[in-house]
Amino acid sequence: MEDLKTFLINKVLLFESDTLPSETEKVLQQVRRDKTNVPVIHISSNTSSIIAGSDKTFNAVKVYVEENEPTTLTVRVGCSGPANYEPMVCVQMPGKNKLFFRNITEEKVEPLLNGVFHNDINEDDLLGQTGSKGFEFWPGISFINELPFFANQKRIVLGNCGCYDPESIEEYIARGGYSTFVKTIRHYTFEEVCDIIERSGLRGRSGGGYPTGLKWKQALNTSSNARYLICNAKESDPGSFSDRTILESDPHRLIEGMAIAAYAIGASNAILYLKSGSDYARMRLQTAISMAREFGIIGHNIYSSGYNLDISLRQEPGAFVCGEETALINSLEGKRGMPQLKPPYPTTSGLSGKPTVINNVETLMNIPLIMKNGPEWFRSIGTETSPGTKIFAITGRGRMSGVIEVEMGTTLGSVLEDIVDGIKDGKEFKAIQLGGASGSFITAENLDTPVDFDAMKEKGFGMGAGGFVVIDETSCMVDLVRYYMEYLRNESCGKCIPCREGTGRMLEILESVIRKPVNEDSGTTLERFKGVMQLETISSVMKDTSLCGLGQTAPNPFVSALKNFREEFEEHIFDRKCRANVCRGLRTFLIDVEKCTGCTVCAGKCPVNAIYGTRLQPFFIVEDKCIGCGVCFDVCKFSAVIVK
Amino acid sequence: MAADLDIILKKYKHGRREDLIPLLQEIQAENGYLSEESIVRVGGHLGLSTTKIFGLATFYDQFRFIPSGKVHLKICHGTSCFMNGSQSIIDKIKEELKISPGQTTRNGNFSFDIVTCLGGCFHGPVIMVNGEYQIHIRAEQVPALITKLKFIIDND
Repeated sequence: MEDLKTFLINKVLLFESDTLPSETEKVLQQVRRDKTNVPVIHISSNTSSIIAGSDKTFNAVKVYVEENEPTTLTVRVGCSGPANYEPMVCVQMPGKNKLFFRNITEEKVEPLLNGVFHNDINEDDLLGQTGSKGFEFWPGISFINELPFFANQKRIVLGNCGCYDPESIEEYIARGGYSTFVKTIRHYTFEEVCDIIERSGLRGRSGGGYPTGLKWKQALNTSSNARYLICNAKESDPGSFSDRTILESDPHRLIEGMAIAAYAIGASNAILYLKSGSDYARMRLQTAISMAREFGIIGHNIYSSGYNLDISLRQEPGAFVCGEETALINSLEGKRGMPQLKPPYPTTSGLSGKPTVINNVETLMNIPLIMKNGPEWFRSIGTETSPGTKIFAITGRGRMSGVIEVEMGTTLGSVLEDIVDGIKDGKEFKAIQLGGASGSFITAENLDTPVDFDAMKEKGFGMGAGGFVVIDETSCMVDLVRYYMEYLRNESCGKCIPCREGTGRMLEILESVIRKPVNEDSGTTLERFKGVMQLETISSVMKDTSLCGLGQTAPNPFVSALKNFREEFEEHIFDRKCRANVCRGLRTFLIDVEKCTGCTVCAGKCPVNAIYGTRLQPFFIVEDKCIGCGVCFDVCKFSAVIVK
Repeated sequence: MAADLDIILKKYKHGRREDLIPLLQEIQAENGYLSEESIVRVGGHLGLSTTKIFGLATFYDQFRFIPSGKVHLKICHGTSCFMNGSQSIIDKIKEELKISPGQTTRNGNFSFDIVTCLGGCFHGPVIMVNGEYQIHIRAEQVPALITKLKFIIDND
């Protein structure tokens, strides 16, 4: 083991030329397990696959292998993207192409491996094969890269995810990792690195799209005895998990990116600010950081360049607003995570008053690639003003789900059609919610918008952290807006009044729209109408006067839903109807006299005793008593309860 | 417990303000919650008033001030789980256990929290029972699950 370490440091990391000699390449191939004499089984292992049961799959594979094929290697790798195919298993027989299988739960392991080892492959769970020259082709099996989910992506940043063992630094180095960092600190000055990044046109991937190179230069040009680099891995939007997938699948590239960024701004301290509750990612990062320290990538006088770097891990204690730069710094200083007025910007006065650069995970993941391939290469991808790629975390009602990466300039429609493959269960598409809790809804007519910072801004959308929620007709927009508003009300820090009071009031009004009133007298109805008319005013006041991004963007879901789904709001307010039958307060239940057998199940379950009748005779619901909970609808075996 | 606290406090011997949150996180990881005693001790160690620390700890969602139950449930309320009906699961659990999020039942058996995303969006609604994931949960399965857990606690 020690030999491999010195070999990797001397022959790979410190090797001056770009092309390695063939003997070195041969050893690296062994480390990468490209050419092995034994079968290799890769099992995806990250949060989303563990939830799907990959830990149990891993154990089952281990047991099977020990009994039948003891020479086989079993390796845990990161996630390669499609969450609905988890747990994914990849089998590589010696000298043959890799085979990918989907949804391999514990009980499927034995038949699957029996099939693979005895050349009788089960086609049902098979996804496809991948391979390159020199490997034997499996006849009659399609290539995984030809699946629409992968064919329409451009996986650059995610290139390593799912390919290697995230807990092995040796494998990362064998895949060309860390050598860029070592070259950078040995051959470039701080300014040169900033220049390269500025020329590449990389823009911050957290939503604003601020040029990264410019940000770095501002920090570099502020004279100070210490500077800080913070990686913002606090991805707190409900339903976005792209950063977490990256952290769990490719932690080393992030550390390399952080190290290069810290070098570029002359910072010797870097902090990785992690989301609370992501314990698996924390564990992987801790391993990665301590391994990097062992290999001398973090530490004192790194490879005799005279540059010192320390990376520490801090876990955020649970507040949405801490994603905002100044709030993040406050929380790192041991204070309440409340935003501050800008300027001064963190690049001039940030953590402990020192210049601080805060970049998010996706931005930093691009850095090693740009330094390796040059700014011109990066400019050749994507659009003129937004070069590169963008990562989305796809959730909701799409047929496919997971983390994807597309080239900038791809339209949202093609992401939805080609990669997500339309809507589940043949339902009708309603909207895409882009950019987390305070993002906008994008309807069918705007699906031709390209993924591009400026084009999006022009239409008033934001990409945020890359949450991409597919919404179909089974969701009620008013209820969804209320859900987002409830979330933002809970997460508002309470420092400035427009946000604290505004979110609370908006939630109150939205709740009055979907709640069943105690009585429909003119007073309560009037109050409801008055409230609804105020919603738009509150929105604009919040947008103009809130202190930070959270408050300014909090009305976004409401404003865009009202613009696109006005008739749905009107139905809720005037007709007291919810077309998706989601809003409980507005549902009325009836019993179909023809179908009811008088089994008394519903009457027994009704929490308010609103169902009356005689046994074996049709029952009926007293509308005044009914609270619309829907228990009767759920328990009825004869579908005799009708929702209206 | 006091001995544990001493060990943790010793790690942060410089006692700076920026150590406050990691210190509290470590105490919570060790004990499961922040007791009054530990907050007073941390205040003494860092030279901060107890009210300041309490004010900070209540600002963040992560900190608890009462011990969690023998069974701790985490219910995902992210967008995807919400669209798949996590609200009715939360209502059902509230109804079954007769507690609100962040509380613990009187006999100390159950506690539950609502979290924003557990990361299993495709398999929603997801709940986490003492670190074990349960996927595709429906509201009508909740009473049976609670009964099963009660049975396990009673026979432990």
